Amino acid sequence: MTFWTYRRRDNLVGYLFVAPALLGSLAFVLFPLAMVAWYSLNEWNVLGGTFEFIGGENYARLLADEKLRDSLVATAWFAAGLVVLNLSLALLLAVLLNQKLRGTTLFRTLFFSPVLVSLVAWTLVWQLMLQPEGSVNGLLGVFGIDGPNWLRGETTAMVSVVVVQVIKNVGLNMVLFLAALQGVPAPLYEAAKIDGAGPWTRFRRITIPLISPTILLTSIITIVGSLQVFAQIAVLTQGGPGTSTTVLIYYLYQQAFQFHHFGYGATISVLLFVIVAALTLLQWRMRRKWVLHES
Amino acid sequence: MSRLLALICTALLALTACSGSAATGPKSLRMTVWTANEAHLKLLNEIAAEYRAAHPDVTEIKFDTIPADGYTTTLTTQIAGGNAPDLAWILEESAPDFVSSGALAPIRAKVEKADELVPSAIKLWEKDGELYAYPFSTSPFGLFVNTDLVKELPKTWEQAVAASAGKNLVLPDFKYQNWAVLSAIWRGWGAQAWSEDGRQCGFASPEMKDAMTFVHKAIFTDKAIPGPGTTVDFFAGNAAMAVSQISRAGALKEAKFGWTLLPLPQGPKGDYAVIGQAGVGVLKRSKNAEAAADFLGFFTNAANSAKLAQFFPPVRQSLLNAGTLAKSNPLLKPEQLQSVVIDGISKGVVKPSHQGQEELNQTIRAALDPLWKPDADIGQVLDGVCTKIKPLLERQ
Repeated sequence: MTFWTYRRRDNLVGYLFVAPALLGSLAFVLFPLAMVAWYSLNEWNVLGGTFEFIGGENYARLLADEKLRDSLVATAWFAAGLVVLNLSLALLLAVLLNQKLRGTTLFRTLFFSPVLVSLVAWTLVWQLMLQPEGSVNGLLGVFGIDGPNWLRGETTAMVSVVVVQVIKNVGLNMVLFLAALQGVPAPLYEAAKIDGAGPWTRFRRITIPLISPTILLTSIITIVGSLQVFAQIAVLTQGGPGTSTTVLIYYLYQQAFQFHHFGYGATISVLLFVIVAALTLLQWRMRRKWVLHES
Repeated sequence: MSRLLALICTALLALTACSGSAATGPKSLRMTVWTANEAHLKLLNEIAAEYRAAHPDVTEIKFDTIPADGYTTTLTTQIAGGNAPDLAWILEESAPDFVSSGALAPIRAKVEKADELVPSAIKLWEKDGELYAYPFSTSPFGLFVNTDLVKELPKTWEQAVAASAGKNLVLPDFKYQNWAVLSAIWRGWGAQAWSEDGRQCGFASPEMKDAMTFVHKAIFTDKAIPGPGTTVDFFAGNAAMAVSQISRAGALKEAKFGWTLLPLPQGPKGDYAVIGQAGVGVLKRSKNAEAAADFLGFFTNAANSAKLAQFFPPVRQSLLNAGTLAKSNPLLKPEQLQSVVIDGISKGVVKPSHQGQEELNQTIRAALDPLWKPDADIGQVLDGVCTKIKPLLERQ
């Protein structure tokens, strides 16, 4: 029997095909992940050039760190605000733009276009608009409302960051919802209508269950994305006022790159990784409950 | 398979051999700077070209601009990533971290006539009698006045705020973030961010409370200093006065309004001066540290310091006279050079800096945020700053 059986040759071809992707993720995903875990067990003084194994000390520090607690609270507020606002707005827009009316294409383009704009440019423009004498307050002034100093108040700063991010990315979820809505078979609506179901019942009983896989997808993407928001914070508030918008990833950046605590920064990224993984896993498990066809 | 392995090994060997040979063969130096100003870079390149002409083994001296915003962060990231430059400009606020960490190579032996450097101006860059960076730019704070908007020149802070009420007294670099800029004001009250040894917090002192009450009133009651989020450009003629470093005078070259430069106004404690600094040091980890230190010696010798003085005020006593400075600073009058630059450099205190400065910066910035509201409880906010930074000051 020769060594090169058909089966072996086929396998080799298969391995060769996946090799580039596998090597790529080994080098650029798994290896850095392992390194971050390793760094988190060390005290790394970049300037002094020292690298010292300290075991679980960084993790003990994590538990005692009050600023970290503030930052987790800020992260939770940001994520909750973003997910609720983004998903409901995206769904609303998708439903509205799914109507067979003139001009919907124009509006679809309009709402999607911010997705294509450079993130930093987008944020810089908003920073100008949100100044006390910026155009947002100018617009409010037309209606006789005296607008606040958006980026200097603790609550208004958080609201501003969330809204700027929602308007930037709502188009993406909107398009996903639109595609899902168009996949819902029209005869189902007709049958429901004949049975006397009103618009709200049709939406709740037909639309929502049938687009539930997309709701799952968009909520995972949005939650994971909300935990990784950085540029908006860096440009708009630098984590302030106080520490009201210092979300976890911005705190990580401060510790590692500004305060030069690279080991501790790595520890925070391990925490972030665990949180993202846990949330994704949780949603994935819950899909059996609320996604149609999955139970 | 074994042939492939052999090939990989050979390739790796070749790579390591190449990278190892750089220290002995021709050298190429890289200095990180935060200026992108063409005139600055032209001068730097001229000095470098002159050095290379006399040192053929140095094949290249590259000035690598990193934007001032986030400069130190980018620099430390380069160091962490194993891509440290050979020489680097260092901001005064990062000086304690760089000097104490052992990241920099000693340079005193390479500096020409090191004895003539103004002692107070090199203090920040010394440790145990050794010099770790050369303060190539020592720039005092002064008060720029738009003489089209202000007729009577102020002598005290009270007068300055009264004269600019409703007409803007700006602190261009403050932006309600870089609180250290306020030291240009509070020093007049005898206040300081922390004690000389860096261990005691100074924010809760009566002097600081008086000074900050004055600043708060100037913002919210007198409407002299523009409020948070409002940007007013003095250099475009939109403000009555600006507290800024004299190196900014260049921005007034084509000003369409009358202006003058005064020393910082007097506070209740009388005359004082505050300076900002920038040093240039050699990274110990550089493979060409020896050559880099040698170039630094040339870069900062008396002749080149005189050339650099047109942009960066020098710390060499032989250059600190109105006559020499006037040649390179045509925008300023001899008496301004004397009262602001020369007196400022010799008696000035450097802006606050401390080990772990960036963490202090962010902590103080966050703790001061509640102060920038009309109804702030100033005493309580300042006590709060001390509570927050005490553990950081004690950590050193």
